[in-house]
Amino acid sequence: MTDQVKVLTSRWGEREAYKLDRYSELDGYASLDAAFGKSPEDLVQLVKDSGLRGRGGAGFPTGMKWGFLAKGTGKPTYLVVNADESEPGTFKDMELLERDPHALVEGVIVSSYAIGCRNAFIYLRGECGWPGRRLQAAIDAAYDKGLLGRDVKGSGFDLDVVLHRGAGAYICGEETALLSSLEGQRGQPKLRPPFPAVEGLYRAPTTVNNVETIATVPWIVRKGVDWFRSMGSDKSPGPKLFSVSGDVVNPGNFEFPLGVPAREVIMGAAGGMRDGKALKAWTPGGSSTPMLTADHLDTPMDFEGITGAGSLLGTAAVMVFSEDVCMVRACLNFTEFYAHESCGKCTPCREGTDWMRKILGRLETGQGRPDDMDTLKDICDSIFGRSFCALGDGATSPIVSALKYFRDEFDEHVSGGGCPFPGARVTVGAH
Amino acid sequence: MPLSDQTLTRAEELIARYPQPRSALLPILFLLQAEDGYVSPAGVAQVAQLLGLTKAEVGAVATFYTMFRRRPVGKYLVSVCKTLPCQLRGSREISAAMAERLEVPLGGTDESGMVTVEEVECLAACDGAPVVQVNTENYERLSTDEAMELLEALLRDEVPPPTFAADGSVTEPTTAGLHWRLAGLGDPPAGLGAGAADGDGQPAERSVGREPSPPEPTEQREAGEPQPEEGAGAAARDPHPPVDGAPIGRVADGEAEGDRPPTAPSDEGPAPEDKPRPQAGEGR
Repeated sequence: MTDQVKVLTSRWGEREAYKLDRYSELDGYASLDAAFGKSPEDLVQLVKDSGLRGRGGAGFPTGMKWGFLAKGTGKPTYLVVNADESEPGTFKDMELLERDPHALVEGVIVSSYAIGCRNAFIYLRGECGWPGRRLQAAIDAAYDKGLLGRDVKGSGFDLDVVLHRGAGAYICGEETALLSSLEGQRGQPKLRPPFPAVEGLYRAPTTVNNVETIATVPWIVRKGVDWFRSMGSDKSPGPKLFSVSGDVVNPGNFEFPLGVPAREVIMGAAGGMRDGKALKAWTPGGSSTPMLTADHLDTPMDFEGITGAGSLLGTAAVMVFSEDVCMVRACLNFTEFYAHESCGKCTPCREGTDWMRKILGRLETGQGRPDDMDTLKDICDSIFGRSFCALGDGATSPIVSALKYFRDEFDEHVSGGGCPFPGARVTVGAH
Repeated sequence: MPLSDQTLTRAEELIARYPQPRSALLPILFLLQAEDGYVSPAGVAQVAQLLGLTKAEVGAVATFYTMFRRRPVGKYLVSVCKTLPCQLRGSREISAAMAERLEVPLGGTDESGMVTVEEVECLAACDGAPVVQVNTENYERLSTDEAMELLEALLRDEVPPPTFAADGSVTEPTTAGLHWRLAGLGDPPAGLGAGAADGDGQPAERSVGREPSPPEPTEQREAGEPQPEEGAGAAARDPHPPVDGAPIGRVADGEAEGDRPPTAPSDEGPAPEDKPRPQAGEGR
C-alpha cells in the first residue's frame, strides 16, 4: 500500500489557512528566508537537482525550463503562472487556490527570485469565482505585509504580482496561447521556436509554470532535495495531486507520491466503483490522455509508468467510467468539447474535430455507417502530429483509445441501428 | 458613451498595471460588460480608441472568448457544465429542464431578463458533479429538482448560498458585479450592484434591508446617469436573504463555522451525498 502524503494538501484541513496570519503560523512563507539566503543560480540548481517536473500536463523538468531562460537580453524576465485549469476532469489547482492560496503566492515569490523576475503574472480562468476571490485576497494581504512590492521582506528584492483573469477559452492553457491572451490578443498558439524562454511575453524571456508546480517549489527550498526525492521515482520524484471523478464512491483530490498504482487511487482513496459496477475505462490525466482499462489498474502513476501503458500522465485527472458508460457517447462528449475549444488557427484540428463530432453523433443516433470507424481513425491520423499545438493531439486520444479497447461497441452502434445502452445517462448534445 | 468617465479612470489604472497597454484589453472588456451589459459596438469603438487599436482588433479579441457577450445577459448567469463527469451525473437533464422552464433555447434569457441559462465546458470542479454555477459561483451535486429550486429562487430574485458558503464562497449578486470583479478592480461600485463581499473572501452578512455599501467617490455615478441595462443592473437593490438559510445540493465544509444543515435528499434521481467537505485524502 502506498500512503497518501500531506505536502501540498498539508494545510487543506486547517481552519482559515487561506488567511495570511494563519498561513504563517503553519510554516507559511518560511521558505523565503531560506531562498533569500541563497543565490538565484543556486535555487535554479536546487530545483534542477530535485527533479521536479511540471504538473500542468507535459511533465517537463522545471529547473531545466528555468535554465533555458535567455540571459543578458536587456529585457525583463517574466514568470507567468498557468492557472487556466480547464482540462476535463482536472480540478486540483482550483481547490489548492480555494484552500491554500498563499502557497501559490509564496511559490511565486521564491520562483521569481530564482529566475530574476520582477513582474509576475497569474493567469486564472474567468469561470472560477471563488478561487479568484481567494487568490486576490491573498495577493492583497501579501502586499500589505510587505511580502510583495518593493524590498520583499527586507531582502532588497522587488516583486509585483498581477492576477489576470481569462475570459473563457480552454486553449489558453497552452503556454503560447496563454501569453498571446495575456498580451491582449486572441488566445491562439504560436509557432515554437522561438520558445517562451527566449521570446515569450512581450518577446522577453518568460517561463510559464503550472500552479501546482510553483506551489511545490517552496517545499523543495525548505526541506531539500533528498526529502523531495524520498517520494516517487528517480525520474518522477515528489508528491502529486490526483483529481478523481466519475463513477467512484468518493470523488476528490488525493495527494500521493508519484508512482502510486492506479488501483490504490481509484479503488482505495476514491472508494472504488459506485453501486458496485465494474470499471470499464479511466483516463490517467484528463480527456486528452488515451483511456486505459481495468487491465491497467496496476500501472504506476508516474510519467514513465503511464507512458509505458500507452497513455500519458497529463494533469493526473483520473476520470473513471463504469460498465454503464457508452464509449461512443463518451467520445462524442469529449469531441464536442474539442470542437468547441479548437481555436481555429490550424485546419486539421478545426475541421477534424468538427467532422469527428458529426460522425460520432450519427453513430450514436443510429445513422452510422460501417466505414465510420475507419474514417474516424483516418481523421485522427490527419490531426495527430499535424496540428499546430497539443489540443489537436489531445482530441484524438479518446477516440483512438476507445477504438483500440472498445471497437465492438462502435460496431454495435452500426449493426444495431443506434446506441445499445439504455437509460441515456449521457444525452446527445443539442448542437 | 458606454464607459463612463469614472470607469475610464479605473481603466487607466488597469492599463498602468501592465508593461504594455494592450494587456489591459481583456480586463477593460470586462469593465465594458459590467457597465453596458455586453460588448456593445459603441463600447468596442471606445475601447479601441482608449488602447490605440482598431475596432476590428478589439472585435476580433472580444469574439474569441466565450465570456464576452454579444448581447445582454440576465442578472443571473446560470452555467451548467456539460462535460462528461457532470453529464454522467445528469447535468444535461438539468440544462434541458431549465431551458424548458425559462422557455428559451440554451444561451437564452428569460422574458423578465432575470436569468440566462447556458451550457458550458468543464468548470474544474468535477468531484462536485453535476456542477451548476450562478455568476461563476458553484452549486454542486444538485439533483434536477434541486437545480430547479435554485432556478425558481433566482427568478424570485433570491440568491441561495453557494455550496461552499460556509467556507467563504459567495455568489456575486449580479452579472454586472461579476464582470467588474473579473476586470481585477476589486469590489464593484455600489451603483453596479455591490455589497456581496467585503473583499477578503468572506461572505458578507446578508440580511433583509441591509443598505448597500457606500460607493467610493471615484466609483460614484453622477446623479441622473442611466443605470446599466435592465437585467445587468440591480442597482441599489436590497440584498436578498438566502432561501431557508440552507445551501442547495451538497453541503459545505464541516470545519468552518456557520455550518448549515444538509438539504433533504430529493425523491428523484441519485441523491446527492450530503456530507461535509472532507480534507484532502478523504475526497470531497
